[in-house]
Amino acid sequence: MHLEKKKTLKALAIAATIPFVLTACASGSTDTSSSSDSNSGDSGSTSSDTAQIEVFSWWTGGGEEAGLNALVEVFNAEYPDIEFENGAVAGGAGTNARAVLATRLEANDPPASFQGHAGLELLDYITAGQIEDLSFLYDEMGWRDVMPQELLDLITVDGGIYSVPVNIHRANVMWANPSVLDEYNLDMPSTWDEFFAAAEVLQAGGVIPLALGEQWTQLHLFETVMLGELGTDAYNGLWDGSTDWASADVTSALETFNRIYDYTNSDAASLAWQDASQLVISGDAAFNIMGDWAEGYFRVDNELVEQEGYTWAPSPGTGGTFQFLSDSFTLPVGAPDRDSTIAWLKVAGSAEGQDAFNVQKGSIPARNDADQSIYPPYLQEAMDDWSSNAGAPSLTHGTAASNAFKAEIETALGLFLGTRDVAAFQDALVAAAAAQ
Amino acid sequence: MRGDSHPVSLIFWTKEGSVIKSLQRHWLSIALLSPSLILLGVFVYGFIGLNINISLTDEVGLNNNDANFIGLENYIKLLDDPRFHIDIWNTIVFSFSFIGITLALGLGLAILIDSKIPAEGFFRSVYLLPMAVSFIVTGVVWRWLMNPATGERTSGLNLLFDVVGLDFLINQWHLTPTWGMLGIAVPAIWQMSGYTMALFLAGLRGIPEEVKEAARMDGASELGIYRRVILPMLKPVALSAVVILAHISLKVFDLIIAIAGKQIALDVPAIYMWQTTFDAYNFARGATLATYILISVAIFVIPYLIVTNRKEKV
Repeated sequence: MHLEKKKTLKALAIAATIPFVLTACASGSTDTSSSSDSNSGDSGSTSSDTAQIEVFSWWTGGGEEAGLNALVEVFNAEYPDIEFENGAVAGGAGTNARAVLATRLEANDPPASFQGHAGLELLDYITAGQIEDLSFLYDEMGWRDVMPQELLDLITVDGGIYSVPVNIHRANVMWANPSVLDEYNLDMPSTWDEFFAAAEVLQAGGVIPLALGEQWTQLHLFETVMLGELGTDAYNGLWDGSTDWASADVTSALETFNRIYDYTNSDAASLAWQDASQLVISGDAAFNIMGDWAEGYFRVDNELVEQEGYTWAPSPGTGGTFQFLSDSFTLPVGAPDRDSTIAWLKVAGSAEGQDAFNVQKGSIPARNDADQSIYPPYLQEAMDDWSSNAGAPSLTHGTAASNAFKAEIETALGLFLGTRDVAAFQDALVAAAAAQ
Repeated sequence: MRGDSHPVSLIFWTKEGSVIKSLQRHWLSIALLSPSLILLGVFVYGFIGLNINISLTDEVGLNNNDANFIGLENYIKLLDDPRFHIDIWNTIVFSFSFIGITLALGLGLAILIDSKIPAEGFFRSVYLLPMAVSFIVTGVVWRWLMNPATGERTSGLNLLFDVVGLDFLINQWHLTPTWGMLGIAVPAIWQMSGYTMALFLAGLRGIPEEVKEAARMDGASELGIYRRVILPMLKPVALSAVVILAHISLKVFDLIIAIAGKQIALDVPAIYMWQTTFDAYNFARGATLATYILISVAIFVIPYLIVTNRKEKV
């Protein structure tokens, strides 16, 4: 009773701050209110035997929303008795959605299912006992046979799997402008040393070697550089404690990272990731490192043809490794209608559901038995790599580290950007790792 | 709600007779006030207390029922945090430039408008208009205006400076190392100086013409009248303006997010609090930052309240 009370009070405290922040971020607060209304009200008077599920996500625009809608269509066809309620909260990468979600979980008012990056981003929910272990569903549906073992290993926490991944994105992709490469007679660099050689040529010609955006895109660059310089095993060891953050290898990787900043645009901090891609499209810059959602931006938004308007390769030093992130859905403890949520998760994990979703979203299915022919060329190549490459988790996108660890690394990176002091950066990273 | 007001009145009943009498006289106003007093008590002071309570524990993560009391440890740890140092520096740079320049501009505009210019109403509205815009909108527009790109991609104000030949004014705006907050202060000044002008204008209009006349009769110059008569009489207005601007500047959050997103170089306590609370679920540190913000605002507001209270009693 006492605990209950304390929890409710705390939820109220968090709730009280949210309106301010939400209005400050000028986001779709109407979505939130409508979704919570539907959850609390007993609106079953009109159709008493229709179950309802409210699925919480931050997919509110572009290919993401289209993907979600396609998935819902599959769901509606299979479970016509369950009404789908879209509880999406606007805001990139879920920053607003997560604040709203935290409040509802604290108040024991969870949605039927919510979106989260598969992996350690879910750790807080798991240790708080707020989401259920879904191992039983993996056994029942035979998903262990159709999802790569490496993925299953990396999203298993304390022996359990707590979410159903619907898609896979690749983080370690370097994008380039083919005409700029032709003009300077350059190839896609396969190591950072090759990049630095190319960068000298490009800079002499007045081209920005590497287009860079705001701070999170630099964290994204950071993780791909660490992967490229340390190698897959050592990089993966950073997250399970088997690689020492204080080692000389990490120092030299950080020095490489530091050197890259000599070849980037000075206005990076004021650019979104799309703006950085735009620099590559216009030919102001030659290269950019971004996850493969950028492919949709090149192909769909800018109507470019692959290999003519844009080209790609694994980021330097990461050939043969697939650095991934994955969006997934969960089963919250105390979900209003557990069976309906499980129905939703079954569709999310099905081949049909994943194909419907991913063609729209511009990502590849987490399963390796999808229908390749319906995907565009880039994604077909990504699917081949996904089933053959070594796997590495993404830090920026929630797979590699807990929220707390990631936040400390983010702060360390931000401080480094002001000072460019590699030694202090490494000290801060070591301290962050030690606190975990 | 109505039931709740009873215990409150009971406390008064136990006191001496005069209180009872005044209560009998004022029972309606007390009853009408009590809902808002109770809401205020719970949602403002109750939560301030709850927040301070959390800041004295080690609550981290969503599973926080086993939090331990650790006293002032969070407060001490933050003082050693290099990110918090940047926050303090940024807040100081922003507050001084924003408050100082806004006051000066506001006063200047008020004096100009007060000097019987034609179409006074038009100019007054023009200067006041930015107030009607939210900080988010201001931020988005100024993000474009203060584009720091160089070379062929130069745009916004930098392009304007380039075209009219004021090349020396071209700068990195909010991306200037160390002093980037001055760039953030520019849109804030643009937005709030009109409001400050309105405050000063009201103050100027409140000064009786006779006082100025008397000064002129005594042979004071126009400049002298401003220095010795008008400005001293504007002191209470200036004090109000400082308090209003100070609490805005200490809590600035949306403007920075709209212009620059979350980046450490332009970090302030409010952004650090948001990130550490909702991105990292470090509730204890977030609560500690919130308390520091509260204390910094209180340093400005409480003396002001005491002064005004004293005046009202006299």
